[in-house]
Amino acid sequence: MAPRWSSAIPGWVIAAAVVGAVFVLFPLAAMATRVDWPNFLSLVTSPSSVAALLLSLRTSLAATAACIVLGVPMALMLARTAFRGQRLVRALVLLPLVLPPVIGGIALLAAFGRRGLLGQTFDVLGVSIAFSTAAVVIAQTFVALPFLVLSLESSLRLTGTRYEAVASTLGATPTTVLRRITLPLIFPALLSGAVLSFARALGEFGATLTFAGSLQGVTRTLPLEIYLQRETDPDAAVALSLVLVLVAVLVVGLTLRTSAASSLVRRGTS
Amino acid sequence: MSLAIRARVAERGFEVSLEVAEGETLAILGPNGAGKSTLLDIVAGLLRPDAGRAEWAGTPLFDIGGPRPLWLPPHRRGISLLAQEPLLFPHLTALDNVAFGPRSAGHSREAARVTARGWLAEVEASDLEASRPGTLSGGQAQRVAVARALAADPRLLLLDEPLAALDAAVAPLLRRMLKRVLAGRTAILVTHEVLDALTLADRVVVLGDGAIVEQGPTREVLERPRHPFTAELAGLNLLVGTSSATGLVTPDGLAVTGAPIAPGVRAAAAIRPSAIAVHAVEPRADNVVRVRMSDLEPRGDSVRVRAGALNADVSPGRAAALDFVPGAVVYFAFPAGEVSIYPC
Amino acid sequence: MNVRLRSLSAAAVAIAVVAGASACSSATSSATPPALSGSITVFAAASLTTTFRSLAATFQRKNPDVTVQLSFAGSADLVTQITNGAPADVFASADTKNMTKLVDAKLVDGQPVNFATNVLEIAVPPDNPASIRSFADLAKPGVKTVVCAPQVPCGSATVAVERVSGVILTPVSEESAVTDVLGKVSSGEADAGLVYVTDVKAAGSTVKGIEFAESRAAVNTYPIAALRGSTNAAVATAFVDYVIGIVGQKTLAAAGFGKP
Repeated sequence: MAPRWSSAIPGWVIAAAVVGAVFVLFPLAAMATRVDWPNFLSLVTSPSSVAALLLSLRTSLAATAACIVLGVPMALMLARTAFRGQRLVRALVLLPLVLPPVIGGIALLAAFGRRGLLGQTFDVLGVSIAFSTAAVVIAQTFVALPFLVLSLESSLRLTGTRYEAVASTLGATPTTVLRRITLPLIFPALLSGAVLSFARALGEFGATLTFAGSLQGVTRTLPLEIYLQRETDPDAAVALSLVLVLVAVLVVGLTLRTSAASSLVRRGTS
Repeated sequence: MSLAIRARVAERGFEVSLEVAEGETLAILGPNGAGKSTLLDIVAGLLRPDAGRAEWAGTPLFDIGGPRPLWLPPHRRGISLLAQEPLLFPHLTALDNVAFGPRSAGHSREAARVTARGWLAEVEASDLEASRPGTLSGGQAQRVAVARALAADPRLLLLDEPLAALDAAVAPLLRRMLKRVLAGRTAILVTHEVLDALTLADRVVVLGDGAIVEQGPTREVLERPRHPFTAELAGLNLLVGTSSATGLVTPDGLAVTGAPIAPGVRAAAAIRPSAIAVHAVEPRADNVVRVRMSDLEPRGDSVRVRAGALNADVSPGRAAALDFVPGAVVYFAFPAGEVSIYPC
Repeated sequence: MNVRLRSLSAAAVAIAVVAGASACSSATSSATPPALSGSITVFAAASLTTTFRSLAATFQRKNPDVTVQLSFAGSADLVTQITNGAPADVFASADTKNMTKLVDAKLVDGQPVNFATNVLEIAVPPDNPASIRSFADLAKPGVKTVVCAPQVPCGSATVAVERVSGVILTPVSEESAVTDVLGKVSSGEADAGLVYVTDVKAAGSTVKGIEFAESRAAVNTYPIAALRGSTNAAVATAFVDYVIGIVGQKTLAAAGFGKP
């Protein structure tokens, strides 16, 4: 198909779009020029760097899983039901999206901290969340959850309830409808929402710093490690930043490919 | 009676009470917004009425506003819904779409597929079993959808304009197929198409503005309509008035000559549009009505001339000769033998 | 009353300085600066925020034509900014290591001067839930201690104290900033934290400070210097002198800093 944009989009829009793209890409490229390439490998494979990367991957995966477990039901309630105060609930649930992460950290402390509202209860149960890897996962889940809910809710609304209605008249229980119809239909959105959540969790800094602390192998994720390395070893910080960018690019690239593939499948259906 | 339902939805001004006998196919006719889909949704369990009760062979499906409120969810009603669009699950093959009902009923994957193959064969779609819905044509998809609805072994089948979205070329094939599978089944068919009702239904109910305006055996209702919408649907001109010794007199004084019935009762006269000839100069005939033309409408190999409440179908050549001008006065003429008069 | 007296005496000092300047102007020009004017930017370590704000205010009152812009951040951040060309006239570092970086980069005008010291102190929540009394108490099992990461100045001081005292801590977190350590202590997440005396003082009643003898093992020295890139060397030098001088030292001592 011949490109039609040249006639359809004003030239100044194209120019602005190019400026926007450069604005995003140029600093990243500039950062790559600052990398101490001869020592790159040794910088990013230092024990503290590797520990931070592995911790980040581990906690982000756990946070993504938590987002799916909590976010799918939330999205279903928001998209498929109507209840009093639903709009308010939606706005509140999406709040972490716009809150500065530090505030998220302070809020989490107030809830789950040792002296938080639930902290005492946890203490009695012998569970201590503060300064544990679990605290990192909680902080990441808190900030990443809205991404999944948002992506799923809009997909659920787009898909509509007609397939679900048909399935129920064919004798499928609500659980069967969810498992065999709803979830497969929104799978592309679930996937991209999960990837977004993962990426958000991977980049989480403020809430983790405030809520979880920073200890190698336990709570010091890659962003915290980069922040700390900057104090003494800017070269390592730059090298690690590049690693984080590469992981992010990889994740986003994978999503685009899978969602493109699944949208092809879906296009065939309509 | 197998299904008895009465329901009210205040918001839509819907209040209907009807019954469907075991093995009977009931057609629901009515203009858009008359409440046809509302009725189906209530029966299927997709819409909760404000008040009402439905039972199947004595066991309630729902009871709202009664002493013992009850609402069976759709999956526990044994009522399948076949919509205008096939709505095949896009992520499943045709076979697994059809097997969905049996699977949901608890059958093993293999047993469900055996059942599904049987139904695909029944709708002559065996060759499509491995296809994804996205690759099927409209007619193929609707055939698979019919198989899917039937494979769930419903005690009642709801059909919501199942042929409306299909090409004229494939609709007859599917209509014949539906006639075959609906034989002896209890079904409610919502349709716009009088042909569907005539081919598939034993009885019709005509809905207008959320209420039943007339009902009865299909042929009787469609050949002797009592409601303007039914007449329009049946393609008949309908004049309502009082029977006279020579035929019928309308309230505005128009006397129609036809085979008379007992005089002095409220009666209707039905005339096929194709039985009406259109003349520019007043002709001699049993019935001549002076009318003002309002509209010309091509209808395949004929042209419909609309003039107030009456329609006449003429050949395109004849229409051209009339030199149509809106508001022009013409004469509609028809023989007494073409007028059917009956009490209403 | 007290305040009025102090401002009166400040005015007297200012008059004396102006008078002195006019008296000697014709004699040795190099010994007495001309009336100062213009603007300078001072980059100072975050731990100096309160003291430098008040010093800049009094300095400006003394020199009405002078404007002092202040920029506070971690010393390492400031060094990065200065080496990347940020327009700074004076740099006050929280440690000698970061100042040395600037000296090595030949960005310092003359020699840096040490103007203050700082030692570690134990910060505990006001109710001291773990009953901390000494540095050794921090190593007791079950005590949640938060320290600075070794990469930042307060963290390297912590490592030095551990080495000298022989008490090995197993912290639950190694933060990259003093604020984060204090935050965890004041919120009660941690039983104790190790920060500087001045930090404890600045935190007010949200935490309680516990001095300990071993802190002498790691005395942190604050150097200050005018920078070569300065566009207003006279004012920059005057500000450095002011910080080193009597008023500066008094203000610093009030905030908990030690003598250099």
